[in-house]
Amino acid sequence: MSDMMDDMEGGEGVVKKFMFVNRKAPHGTVYALEGLEVVLISAAFDQDVSMVFTDDGVYELIKGMNTKGIEVKDFSKTYRALEGYDIEKLYVEKASMDVRGLSEDDLIVDVTVLDSAEMANLMAEQDVVISF
Amino acid sequence: MLNIVNKSATERNSIESCLRMAAKGTAVLLIEDAVYAVTKGSEGAEKVQAAMADLKIYALGPDLEARGMAGRVLDGVNVVDYGGFVDLVTEHNTCQSWL
Amino acid sequence: MKIGIMVSEGPYNHQASDTAYLFARAAIEKGHSVPRVFFYHDGVNNSTKLTQPPQDDRNVVNRWSKLAEDHGVDLVVCVAAGMRRGITDDILAPGFRISGLGQLVEAGIQCDRLVTFGD
Repeated sequence: MSDMMDDMEGGEGVVKKFMFVNRKAPHGTVYALEGLEVVLISAAFDQDVSMVFTDDGVYELIKGMNTKGIEVKDFSKTYRALEGYDIEKLYVEKASMDVRGLSEDDLIVDVTVLDSAEMANLMAEQDVVISF
Repeated sequence: MLNIVNKSATERNSIESCLRMAAKGTAVLLIEDAVYAVTKGSEGAEKVQAAMADLKIYALGPDLEARGMAGRVLDGVNVVDYGGFVDLVTEHNTCQSWL
Repeated sequence: MKIGIMVSEGPYNHQASDTAYLFARAAIEKGHSVPRVFFYHDGVNNSTKLTQPPQDDRNVVNRWSKLAEDHGVDLVVCVAAGMRRGITDDILAPGFRISGLGQLVEAGIQCDRLVTFGD
């Protein structure tokens, strides 16, 4: 470990607002799956974590996925397990849902629906924003 | 908040989404292919122009030059180099990349 | 100020790694520190010493290695993403190391800023 990394030590007890932003659909690219892996790991660090789904990211939360035919891992049920990791702040943007013809009933987990201005405020109050 | 966008407005919706969800008074830095959106006469420029009342718009100069677009930048856009990019990151409390 | 960086795309296919490198260099020139660069998704492909670009092209991998050597930047390759893509200790270029995703979250906690470069 480098000297500069030693400088980074001593952050124990720090709680930052972490936001993970998902703007991409599942399966077509790996971002949704590998993004979820980061979120699960973040739970071990006792940070103030929220997840945001906007644009095609809302497709990650659709009920009733069956990936057998494309022979890739079905990770959509993992979103339901987030609660067990104390990751309970899930937000979706209303405009993203509307233009895709989706409503909350189509989603596999309970979410908070925010309009674009509310989403802007939520994003602005974060300490760390990680996008996938 | 510093919003960073790197995709062309005529290929992806990143810029549009960013402008829709960027809080008033925050900054937007366009890099890589996103710089086409600050060039005069482009479709992206119309959206950027409309957003200028509420947001500070920056574009990365080396990316404009690399694309032959340095002479077409919309009035009111602040062109920065990599050092300016660093300053924007440190001046704002958080940054978000609209991937 | 301490600025952490995440790189989410491999070299050559996307500009992300180039921009991340030029940003990191500029930050260091301005007197900031870049304690860690975390390579995730296809970004793990920035770390392989098997890379052989043509002579008239930049060597993205060597450039990262030199940044690590000159400025003590900790170049961390995600183990899970790396294993998926065949990145192992045997093929790592100098300055890179393989570790877990916790290193990304830790960089977010301990750095003053975290900047993501991707697609």
